[in-house]
Amino acid sequence: MSQKILNPDYRLLEQIEAQGPFQAAACFQCRKCTNGCPVTFAMDLYPDDVIRLVILGQQETVLGCRTIWVCAACETCTTRCPNDVKIAELMDCLKEMAVQEGVPSPQPQILTLHETFLNNIKKRGRVYETTLLPAYLLKSGKLLEMWNSGTWRYDLKLGRQMFSKGRLPLRPQSIKGKKEVRKILTRRKQG
Amino acid sequence: MQVTYYPGCSLQGTARDYAESILGICASLDIQLAEIPDWNCCGATAAHSIDHRASIELAGRTLNLAAKLPHADMLVPCPMCFNRLKTAAKTLLGDNPQRYGIKLEGPLPQIRDLADFMATEKMLAATAKQVKKPLAGLKVVCYYGCMASRPPEITGAKDFEDPQALDRIVENLGATPIPWPFKTDCCGASQVLSRLDIVSQLVGKLYDMAQRVGAQAIVVSCQMCQANLDMYQQKIEADWGRRFSLPVYYFTELIGLACNVKGVKDWMSRHITDPFSLLQELDLLNN
Ligand code: SF4
Ligand code: SF4
Repeated sequence: MSQKILNPDYRLLEQIEAQGPFQAAACFQCRKCTNGCPVTFAMDLYPDDVIRLVILGQQETVLGCRTIWVCAACETCTTRCPNDVKIAELMDCLKEMAVQEGVPSPQPQILTLHETFLNNIKKRGRVYETTLLPAYLLKSGKLLEMWNSGTWRYDLKLGRQMFSKGRLPLRPQSIKGKKEVRKILTRRKQG
Repeated sequence: MQVTYYPGCSLQGTARDYAESILGICASLDIQLAEIPDWNCCGATAAHSIDHRASIELAGRTLNLAAKLPHADMLVPCPMCFNRLKTAAKTLLGDNPQRYGIKLEGPLPQIRDLADFMATEKMLAATAKQVKKPLAGLKVVCYYGCMASRPPEITGAKDFEDPQALDRIVENLGATPIPWPFKTDCCGASQVLSRLDIVSQLVGKLYDMAQRVGAQAIVVSCQMCQANLDMYQQKIEADWGRRFSLPVYYFTELIGLACNVKGVKDWMSRHITDPFSLLQELDLLNN
């Protein structure tokens, strides 16, 4: 995909590598990462583009792209890169930076899901799936989307089945060390 | 044999079938599972996506609790938990442990993926002794997904592009594992709640290939893969305009079935895609 390179800020690479190392500078653009990536069809930049644009100091582009959010974290790219570039880990680092810097996610529902999940564990130290889904559906606006597109019928049926099959526990589990867990999770600035 | 056990959150909820099948087969194989007291969530995709430090510390807290138990091996059935625990162990033993607000206390047990453990020579031999009714005629593809194998630097997997653990296990039970090229292709589980369209494409491709190589069912060791392939099958069939009708079994359920462990029907009754018709046709469902 072609990109305009504007106002390169070469400190970006340094700043990112300080969180790593991810070895981004070792990339020689063979595109093996992109060729094995299962979700390129949903991306606006290919994984190798992201690496190249990090090297070229294109902070705004990489923090604002859809790619870092639709990445399925499957680790195929990191596994296959001939230069040991930690592509998947770098995608995570960029997501975290984007949230910290207040760059809006072009896939807000994905960010909402992550935040809902972390808030869910913060309460008791373990995930309580029974409230995770409804909380996410409400916060993300997914409920409205499901209503408008009519897919709620399938999801409602599924929810009922899950419930009757005993797969949605009625009581959450709480751990003794939940305060420790809460402490680990409260440092983060919410997006 | 006594081992340390980390079930992880979803085995207490949506993956109750997996959890119960593990308890069932471990009892019949004389493996005592010592659950880590007061373990917490590993943080999963959410933590590593937007809070790296927390992802290491959450798993680190559980590792420290595990280190207090005396057993050499720690079994982890969920590949996501396995991957996160291994990542935290490697990171906290690595070059920059001072970045994190948690220190490892004491030597860790060996963190082991459950399927990998059950596929060791020793466990295969122990299982073979318990087989009462071989799963003759059952043709399956084994689907491994991402997290048990990748990245190999973390998981320690040697055959990460063509893993064999599940194939060995089902073969040992008398079923036929069919070789296929999509063993470790991603099913997109992390996007199932936010971008079901992505999942539909990825999983549809898996069904299509499974059918083309002649599999009657898919065998998994990951509850996220299971949920993704099992719960949304009807929806994905509608998207693709095709019938797939592929039951998605946990390898532990098949061990239970072949070894005649009590409860198999209960475990499977929690599936969404019909797991029984195929087994009835093959006359494998008599307990
Ligand atoms: S596989 Fe590695 S070297 Fe090749 S383009 Fe991707 S990041 Fe660069
Ligand atoms: S980790 Fe992300 S970028 Fe890498 S191959 Fe998987 S989906 Fe693509």
